[in-house]
Amino acid sequence: MSARAHPVGEVILSVENVSLAFGGVKALTGVSFDVREHEVRAIIGPNGAGKSSMLNVINGVYHPQQGTIRLRGREFHDMDSHEAAAMGIARTFQNIALFKGMSVLDNILTGRNLKMHCNFLQQALWLGAAKREEMQHRRAVEEVIDFLEIQHIRKTPVGRLPYGLQKRVELARALAAEPTLLLLDEPMSGMNLEEKQDMCRFVLDVNDHFGTTVVLIEHDMGVVMDISDRVLVLDYGKKIGDGNPDEIRANQSVIDAYLGVAH
Amino acid sequence: MSENLSGLDTFPKLLLHHARVRGGLPAMREKDLGIWQTWTWKQFADEVRVLACGLAGAGFKRGDHLAIVGDNRPRLYAAVCAAQALGGIPVPLYQDAAAAEMAFPIQNAEIEYAVAEDQEQVDKLLEILPTCHSLKHIYYDEPRGMRHYAQPELMAYENLLEAGRASQQRDPALLETEVAKGAGADTAAMFFTSGTTGNPKGVVLTHHALIDRAKAAADLEGLGDSDVVLAYLPPAWIGQNIFSYAQPFVTGYCICCPESAETVMSDMREIGPTYYFAPPRVLEALLTQVSIRMEDADRLSRFFYRYFMDVASRIGGAILDGKSVGLGERLMYWLGDLFTYGPLRNVLGMSRVRVAYTAGEAIGPDLFKFYRSIGINLKQLYGSTETSVFVCIQPNGQVKADTVGPAVKGVELKFTPQRELLIRSPGLFKEYYKNPQATIEAKDAEGWFHTGDAGYVDQDGHLKIIDRVKDVGKLLDGTLFAPKYIENKLKFFPHVKEAVMFGDGRDKVCAFVNIDAEAVGNWAEKKNLSYSGYTDLASRDEVYALIRECVEKVNADLAQEPELALSQIHRFLILHKELDADDGELTRTRKVRRGAIAEKYRELVDALYDGRDSVHIEAQVKYEDGRSGMLSADLKVCDAKALTAAELKKAA
Repeated sequence: MSARAHPVGEVILSVENVSLAFGGVKALTGVSFDVREHEVRAIIGPNGAGKSSMLNVINGVYHPQQGTIRLRGREFHDMDSHEAAAMGIARTFQNIALFKGMSVLDNILTGRNLKMHCNFLQQALWLGAAKREEMQHRRAVEEVIDFLEIQHIRKTPVGRLPYGLQKRVELARALAAEPTLLLLDEPMSGMNLEEKQDMCRFVLDVNDHFGTTVVLIEHDMGVVMDISDRVLVLDYGKKIGDGNPDEIRANQSVIDAYLGVAH
Repeated sequence: MSENLSGLDTFPKLLLHHARVRGGLPAMREKDLGIWQTWTWKQFADEVRVLACGLAGAGFKRGDHLAIVGDNRPRLYAAVCAAQALGGIPVPLYQDAAAAEMAFPIQNAEIEYAVAEDQEQVDKLLEILPTCHSLKHIYYDEPRGMRHYAQPELMAYENLLEAGRASQQRDPALLETEVAKGAGADTAAMFFTSGTTGNPKGVVLTHHALIDRAKAAADLEGLGDSDVVLAYLPPAWIGQNIFSYAQPFVTGYCICCPESAETVMSDMREIGPTYYFAPPRVLEALLTQVSIRMEDADRLSRFFYRYFMDVASRIGGAILDGKSVGLGERLMYWLGDLFTYGPLRNVLGMSRVRVAYTAGEAIGPDLFKFYRSIGINLKQLYGSTETSVFVCIQPNGQVKADTVGPAVKGVELKFTPQRELLIRSPGLFKEYYKNPQATIEAKDAEGWFHTGDAGYVDQDGHLKIIDRVKDVGKLLDGTLFAPKYIENKLKFFPHVKEAVMFGDGRDKVCAFVNIDAEAVGNWAEKKNLSYSGYTDLASRDEVYALIRECVEKVNADLAQEPELALSQIHRFLILHKELDADDGELTRTRKVRRGAIAEKYRELVDALYDGRDSVHIEAQVKYEDGRSGMLSADLKVCDAKALTAAELKKAA
């Protein structure tokens, strides 16, 4: 493998000392980490470690009680999810969150929502500007469809698709927003080996082709160690490890957290 | 209808002609990013012009071979034509072949230039590069994933075009000059046939052969520039090449390239081809899909479907053949067309199909009649790579399920005493590339091509292929014995999975039958017949009765054919296990190995002929994990009713 088209660059997102609690339950406690441009960053940890909460903090679904998030130099105490999307963050969900009754094409088009500028009336009457805009968005969507090789299900309602394909459609919708930072919450859960391999290839292709920075949560260690540049390990809401895959493999507290330790 | 194409004896000349005469009409369509993009004849010719300049600039010269690896794509067809324009020879290779299989053609023809569709094909070519020293230039169409490749052999198609544009400005008449040098006797293309034994052979076809055959068939069917074809089979297969290259170049019709292999069905519905080819397995898969969807339909729809399909199977074929049918029946068919056949043709994407062909293997009569009965003009044809496809075509109105029709204009047929079919036709191949030995064996001094197929011409002048000549034998009384022909007849019954016929050098024909576990299992379930497993099911009297019915139907069928009437099946037994390639009973492509089976089950064969009612068998079987075990069973031998020679005479 030759050099990457988009070498890992500066830090674009830094999370400092973030704590999040739901009543008495501490989901995150003083977690700090950063994400560099163009890298694939994994967040791992046992069940309930706070991985999804971390993702939700980054894209503004949860508002931490403490700490700051800095995205491309702008500092947020808590981020609004609309703001996050406008700043180029897109995500997929652990439980697929697609519109089941809508076709794949329409689902992916919803990812272009923020990029549509015509008003309701223009769109309803399909006036010149709206028509041009729709054609432009359709083209962008078709490029994503081509990229993820889902032409054959373009017009199929999402609810009728098998799980693995639904996951791919969700990725397509996130990609349609042309994100600079892509958050993937367990993109490979519930998949068989072949589907996982496909998904890995797509994540790497996205990173390579568009230079998209990827933050992903994943349980499959093989996958994580294979495709990530750096790995963050959480356990009970605390950071217990951070580094490249080799460092994480050798990290004693990570091994303890995963294998258990004698008391 | 047919325009004057005299003097246009090569494909590039035809291309320039179409660009002149119908420059604005579509030559190709390709679905790209969800939208059908059209290439007119003019655009296509311009692409070929620039590409040819690019190739010439890269050193491609007369007589050079250009490997084409990929699916049906306009740019790959442009590459075919560009190579021909420069006097070169395109060699299409199967896009789904493994890398190792691509090595032989490239080494054999010392191919220096290749055009590949995408990263997948480039990877394969790079894999065999160390063993294929001749290969110096690989052009790829789809740049996706290719950024990290630094091999000096690689170049993007786009860049080749760029270079072509530059050199075209220096020498604008290059294409015309080069095209004018071409002649009909030049080699147009080379197709490698999949050799079942030994290395594949490169079949060399001239422009004249391909154009002549393409034109003969197009004239027969009245094809013109308003026709539309969907190109969905591998371009390396001669048939696809005829339908999506030779024939459009002769008639000016438009070919459409589907988006991907998975979207063929919906692309077909969008395009609505008027001219269609499908091998029997594709037709069978389509019918299965329809049947499954009908099972899920609501009651009313199911009722209509059953009722009208019944009407169609009675009179649909006759109406299509233009025979006289009563007014009442015609009215019913019209209603059926309104409610069932029309919508069904629409679902299949065949609403506009005027002519459909099937070939390649024997097609089951029920399957064949199904398509004809719903108003699709499906016909059989006979041909091979060596004959530029068209040898025989069923003419409209005279379609019989078990023949392939009379010879197409220009073709002469004759038979050797062993009944091997010999063909002389303007479409015959020039030679096998660098293989004079094989050429002499296949094509004799008088220009007759030995097909290896055995058959005869029936009373209506239609060719009937019965078997490979090496498998055809004789009964003791001299009657023709064509095992595969009878086996196929029996296998068309859904309950029969495999059949093995014996008879060569014996006094009568007897058979082994393999039941289809699923079909017979379902049948047993409906009949409330309980059984413990395959061996048990296969030994049931009820199942024997079921199979005997099938065998007797085959016998009745055979009795109609004077040549084969005496090769009816007299006795049969149902095997206790499924024939399996792991046990050496089938080839990997699931053809029965008659010799090996006769050897292995000699005792059973003896029982068929010595009149015993049952026989005990112990046989070794190999399990999938490599272990082997013993299987023993008592098999019954069953007699089937067959008309004797005397009875046949009486009937006649």
